[in-house]
Amino acid sequence: MAPDAHKAIAELLASQEDHVLREWLRQLKEDGTLDSGRIRENEQAVQCTQILRQLRQGAQGGTVDLSNAAYEPLRDTLADLSRSRALQGFTPRETAMLVLSLKEVLFDALARQHPDDATFLAKATNQIGLLLDRLGLHTMEVFQQSREELIVRQQQEISELSTPVIKLWDRVLALPLIGTLDSQRTQVVMENLLESIVQQGAEIAIIDITGVPTVDTLTAQHLLKTVAAARLMGADCIISGIRPQIAQTMVHLGVELTVVSKATLADAFALALARQGRAVVKVRPAAPAADAART
Amino acid sequence: MDRIPILKLGNALLVTIQVDMHDRLATALEEDLTARIVSAGARGVLIDISALEVVDSFIGRMLDNIAAVSRILDADTVVVGMRPAVAITLVELGLSLTGVKTALNVERGMSMISGLGRLAALDADDDGE
Repeated sequence: MAPDAHKAIAELLASQEDHVLREWLRQLKEDGTLDSGRIRENEQAVQCTQILRQLRQGAQGGTVDLSNAAYEPLRDTLADLSRSRALQGFTPRETAMLVLSLKEVLFDALARQHPDDATFLAKATNQIGLLLDRLGLHTMEVFQQSREELIVRQQQEISELSTPVIKLWDRVLALPLIGTLDSQRTQVVMENLLESIVQQGAEIAIIDITGVPTVDTLTAQHLLKTVAAARLMGADCIISGIRPQIAQTMVHLGVELTVVSKATLADAFALALARQGRAVVKVRPAAPAADAART
Repeated sequence: MDRIPILKLGNALLVTIQVDMHDRLATALEEDLTARIVSAGARGVLIDISALEVVDSFIGRMLDNIAAVSRILDADTVVVGMRPAVAITLVELGLSLTGVKTALNVERGMSMISGLGRLAALDADDDGE
């Protein structure tokens, strides 16, 4: 008799679904998937029931080939499950074990159902093994993919978060840079700054590099590029916030910033106001702290 | 269109580039402008490139040349209205047009030319450098 693994699975799941499900859940529990507290027992049971039902549907399609249309609901379910697990922070092992632990359970049940037919058992086991391996791979692939999407999205968010352009005063912009300046970020920074210069009609842009951990020749080059582009748009740049150690390193490296630079953002702002013919003056004596809080 | 019109505004010349520049047009503009600076006795040249979406290294160099020539003829060149994308392209091409003055729009460019003497005096005082 030709080994029909799909028939075997379909029969097995039809007659012993409860048993298989129970065994599977026991396995998962032993494996410690519930220990992390990320998923509740009955939630997992619902997921497993659905997987088993769709596996049976797939097997009834008359094949063990996972790419067959009969397995599409199962593939979709696993993909959704895997994606949500990736986002919830499950480990890869926990996610993979969900599918792979089913293998042992199915083998046991199959062996009990056909105790005498060793040839059939070997072939069916082999095919079921392949099917489940592919399911496992599929799950992991989606898992990995979701993680990567997450990382890419976070990278984008970080780069957008860390390059805000602030309007300090009429026609004065500030650009506090945070984090290392690589060529990709320079591009984003430059675009943001130039767009803001057009929108706000800015004349002076202060680039504050207090949050830039290191300034090497490459970073300096990127800064100068940004300054040059802003100048082409008709805005002058002032660089501020170079820390003492960084200033020393820059001199040792021979990095030269051929732009006006000030020690602090406050100094740069004062210079910007002075260039516009403005100044900050004190109009009355400073109030005591208590008074200031009340008014 | 063979020639880009050059308008005289007071003691300044205004050039508005509204078509895509090709190389012959650029060369013609350079020649016309040089002649006009002398004949009109202009002290400033305002080049408005706000309609220019594409620049190449040739146009970039042309702007640099015009600035250099007009400096010799005692006129200041101000390039106004450059688009962000154009600015980035020029910087990536390594052309930062160091000899050219820039302004955000024609209005500011104009006040820059008319107030250049005054501005220079102010700068010396307030730079804080």
